[in-house]
Amino acid sequence: MPSLWIDGKTYEVEAGKNLLQVCLSLGLDLPYFCWHPALGSVGACRQCAVKQYRDENDSVGRLVMACMTPVTDGMRITLQDEGSVEFRAMLIEALMTNHPHDCPVCDEGGECHLQDMTVMTGHNYRDFRFKKRTFNNQYLGPFINHEMNRCITCYRCVRFYRDYADGPDLNAFASKNHVYFGRDCDGALESEFSGNLVEVCPTGVFTDKTLKEHYTRKWDLTTAPSVCHHCGLGCNTLAGERYGSIRRIINRYNGAVNGYFLCDRGRFGYDFVNAGTRIREPLASSGETKTQVPVSVEKIQQLVSEMNAGKDKILGIGSPRASLEANYALMKLAGPEHFLDGMAPKESSLVRLALSILRNGPARSVSLQEAGQADAVFILGEDVTHTAPMLALSLRQAARQVCVQKAAKANIPEWHDAAVRELAQEERSPFYIAATGATRLDDVATKKMCVPLDGIARLGLAVAHAIDPSAPAVDGLADSDKQLAGEIAAALMNARHPLVVSGTSSGCSSVLKAAAQITIALARTREKVGISLIVPECNSLGIAMLANGTLENLDERIKSRRYETLVVLENDLYRRLPSAQVDALLESVKRVIVIDHTTSPTSQKAHLVLPAGTFAEADGTLVNNEGRAQRFFQIFAPEGEIQESWRWIRDICPESRGNRKTAWQDLSDVIEALCQDVPALAKIQEAAPTSDFRIKGLRVARQPHRYSGRTAMVAHKTIHEPKPPEDPDSPFSFSMEGYRGIPPAPLIPRFWSPGWNSVQSLNKFQQEVGGELTGGDPGVRLIDPDGSDSPGYFEDVPAVSTCSGDQVQLIPLWRIFGSEEFSVLSEAVQQKIPGMSVIMNPKDAEKANLKTGSMAVIESGDMKLQLPVSLCESQAAGTVAIPAGYRGAAWIDLPALGESGRGMKNERNPLVPDPDCSGSGWHSDCGSQSDLA
Amino acid sequence: MLSILRSIWLVFLHAFARRETIQYPDEMPYSPPRWRGRIILSRDPDGEERCVACNLCAVACPVACISLQATEDESGRRYPDFFRINFSRCIFCGYCEEACPTYAIQLTTDFEMGEFKRTNLVYEKEDLLISGSGKYPGYNFYRQAGLAIGGKGKGEADCEEPPIDVHSLMP
Ligand code: SF4
Ligand code: SF4
Ligand code: SF4
Ligand code: SF4
Ligand code: FES
Repeated sequence: MPSLWIDGKTYEVEAGKNLLQVCLSLGLDLPYFCWHPALGSVGACRQCAVKQYRDENDSVGRLVMACMTPVTDGMRITLQDEGSVEFRAMLIEALMTNHPHDCPVCDEGGECHLQDMTVMTGHNYRDFRFKKRTFNNQYLGPFINHEMNRCITCYRCVRFYRDYADGPDLNAFASKNHVYFGRDCDGALESEFSGNLVEVCPTGVFTDKTLKEHYTRKWDLTTAPSVCHHCGLGCNTLAGERYGSIRRIINRYNGAVNGYFLCDRGRFGYDFVNAGTRIREPLASSGETKTQVPVSVEKIQQLVSEMNAGKDKILGIGSPRASLEANYALMKLAGPEHFLDGMAPKESSLVRLALSILRNGPARSVSLQEAGQADAVFILGEDVTHTAPMLALSLRQAARQVCVQKAAKANIPEWHDAAVRELAQEERSPFYIAATGATRLDDVATKKMCVPLDGIARLGLAVAHAIDPSAPAVDGLADSDKQLAGEIAAALMNARHPLVVSGTSSGCSSVLKAAAQITIALARTREKVGISLIVPECNSLGIAMLANGTLENLDERIKSRRYETLVVLENDLYRRLPSAQVDALLESVKRVIVIDHTTSPTSQKAHLVLPAGTFAEADGTLVNNEGRAQRFFQIFAPEGEIQESWRWIRDICPESRGNRKTAWQDLSDVIEALCQDVPALAKIQEAAPTSDFRIKGLRVARQPHRYSGRTAMVAHKTIHEPKPPEDPDSPFSFSMEGYRGIPPAPLIPRFWSPGWNSVQSLNKFQQEVGGELTGGDPGVRLIDPDGSDSPGYFEDVPAVSTCSGDQVQLIPLWRIFGSEEFSVLSEAVQQKIPGMSVIMNPKDAEKANLKTGSMAVIESGDMKLQLPVSLCESQAAGTVAIPAGYRGAAWIDLPALGESGRGMKNERNPLVPDPDCSGSGWHSDCGSQSDLA
Repeated sequence: MLSILRSIWLVFLHAFARRETIQYPDEMPYSPPRWRGRIILSRDPDGEERCVACNLCAVACPVACISLQATEDESGRRYPDFFRINFSRCIFCGYCEEACPTYAIQLTTDFEMGEFKRTNLVYEKEDLLISGSGKYPGYNFYRQAGLAIGGKGKGEADCEEPPIDVHSLMP
């Protein structure tokens, strides 16, 4: 441990870090711009200058950039001497010469790192008497606003966007004080991680365009820790509310999960909470026409009063997008045998297969951060960017691990970003993808194989066999495939942290099994094997751990006609089952009760609709694809009748209606009962402190201490300031009153520290800057294979694809923007949804007499679909990709075998290019026209 | 005894002293220009709303009696969608005026704000906005700041060069 002398004090610090990171970790305030814990150092801004002395006798010293200086034993530095203080103030002054002085109308204002650093260095008067250089802004799409005049040329944006996220279309242009950060022409940013520019840029150049629609300063936002509900990864978020609507989502650092970043779906998909599609009051259908009309709470009690007749008269359908608590409440109401998991049957069996793979080991399900450390990756059958976006960002880091290892050998520390990149050039870790078509990670892949689903499974099994010859062999493999399998096997075996990625999105169990097979084979010879299995929704794994019943044999249940009441929890059944089956189900019962937050075709057919809270109006626990249970907390108390789903279930439950006192009172009661009933989930109690947790007798305040307008916000409605709502379910208060220090990590409602108003204040919440949050990262892992007994191999090897004649394999095509149920209700996200088209290999298209843009008719069973065709060389021959999960599109059971033919001739068919297929004409070509000038 | 007589004498003398009491409301008292009375929102010299909805007054207010919501017109000019001051809470400290970067919010010499109903003390933007620039003539925030708005493009604010042509190869 080197010891470091800073301004007269000696500190013991960790070796291998840079001086800036060390100073910040010690709690010292040293200004900086270009350094970022996740991006490393490049020494571009010169703001972090400190003075270093040779030895005790040196009184002159020399200025060094802290972020570029590794700590060494016996180092003597000062932050406080006049020379370095003056240097830093002068530097800010120089950076500010062209600043447009528009903080009052800047969305970054009040949480701006440039403001903070300016105050910290003490520069406050402007001596520059000349004219300011100005720039024109660009249109960067629906997510990001551009205001280039505010730039201080720290290069963080391009370092994140290009170097970290491999985004192609943001760059630095021109030279000297003309340096410009933008695209080569107007147009939406292509990267799915563009939203992170908002937090990465230390100034107001890149700001959240959706926030602008209802702009609110950071100090006016009521915030609480939340968990993203838009995919199975469970990234940690901070959602902010003002005047009863959600205003924005930003990252909530979790060292083990999403780190510093979020994907654009998670960041900009929040608007469904504010949308007109919300169910805001209880509705009951009445009259002949069955129109739904608002009803009072008494009327609800009356409507459900006949529901008493014996428990087995109620069928409960849960949901992979509802919290464990809500699902458990329904399970209690209906009884475990009459409680179904609410996933599509195929999906349910795949999620359960994934769960058993994770449970039985031997591979450990990796966290997002661990995925980024992998140094050899094999992806089977997933387009990760679309099904688990942040995992794709982690995998992009994994692709660079070889550079880091190479640099370590050359004695270059990992944080020395420019040097590491310079040394490694274009080199990438072994990275293999087997998929049915183009994927968004193709650009980092060492090799890519496009085959039908069974081909993917066969390749996977061949890899397993190549690793361990005792694994079942695959017959009839082409030589080139054998060679590839051998190459992948060697890469995985030679790696320090091999990682196998697969998931449920292909809808094919053989693919999942093949992925598991590889990890089993790897585990025969080595200890650490990583696996990451992607699941479709935010609580898919949780519901699989909770419920045993599935929608599989629903028909029998319908036929038995034994149920009087059907309770559907936060689920649109028409997205899960063929509509005829759902219709039959709804008709087979006397009473349909739907508890949900957004109107759906299912809710529209219910006799009684109860308004549930979204993630912003309810608390609960989710289990992500890693098996990590995470608690999300209510952000604000909604007006009207909206309440947590479990409360609705409690209120309509015959038992608790009879006996209010013994019924569940708060969330802790539900969690306690759940943990007792379901031992596999018992650990969720540890995910966050319970509702009676206090610090120095205080709750944690959801509102910052500068929250404004308290006595005027509702003054137009009532002059008597209403008491803030009580929160029985969490240790948070709905007001400014409460503890303001650093709470336990799962309860951090915002990042702020005196003098640090921007997100960079996060430094103060970490044990060591860039590492864990103080007290450990939130969330508890529920699944950890002990690795003692290695499970046997799967024996069934799928045969080669047997499509004949016109038959093709229909494959679900998932889109980051478009396939997820709720983010698409966000106006900004809507603008990014690619049109619906089927993707085919040109050869298949030729066979079926189809061209780009012509209408294809796809038939499979009784499903018939007509969509324009988009051609892609990468699409495996014999497969057709069909958009899945789009709102309003008919439910299709995919994958399936089907036929494709030519539809009606219609010359005006819209051309719908495939955004992921290179050469599809999607990527904007700016031509010679320039609009920067 | 003597002191009582003295007091009576002094009281008697006061009968001839200059009157401090003013016959309000028949006669208006003098309030100095820096008096901190009823708050108004002013307009810039071009007659546009000065307030840019920056929320600084609201956050400076010690009793939190200002609440507003920012919005933008199609040209990017920011202004308050609503702006509410609850005068039944205001302590007329003037912090809002101190905090305002645009001279929009100003305290005036008017103190005649008595009401029988507290609800009448809730002023909305319509009640606050005056047609002139108040105590500070001349200043126009959008002429100084770099943000482009309708009628003022990039590089057209005070002390600004015309925008750079990024594609130019000239040094
Ligand atoms: S745009 Fe922002 S992140 Fe990029 S160089 Fe300028 S100030 Fe830095
Ligand atoms: S990756 Fe998934 S969980 Fe994370 S922010 Fe995106 S949608 Fe949300
Ligand atoms: S004068 Fe003081 S109390 Fe009144 S609105 Fe302004 S800041 Fe608030
Ligand atoms: S401080 Fe001035 S410009 Fe800002 S919101 Fe208040 S009145 Fe408007
Ligand atoms: S932070 Fe060290 S030079 Fe920018």
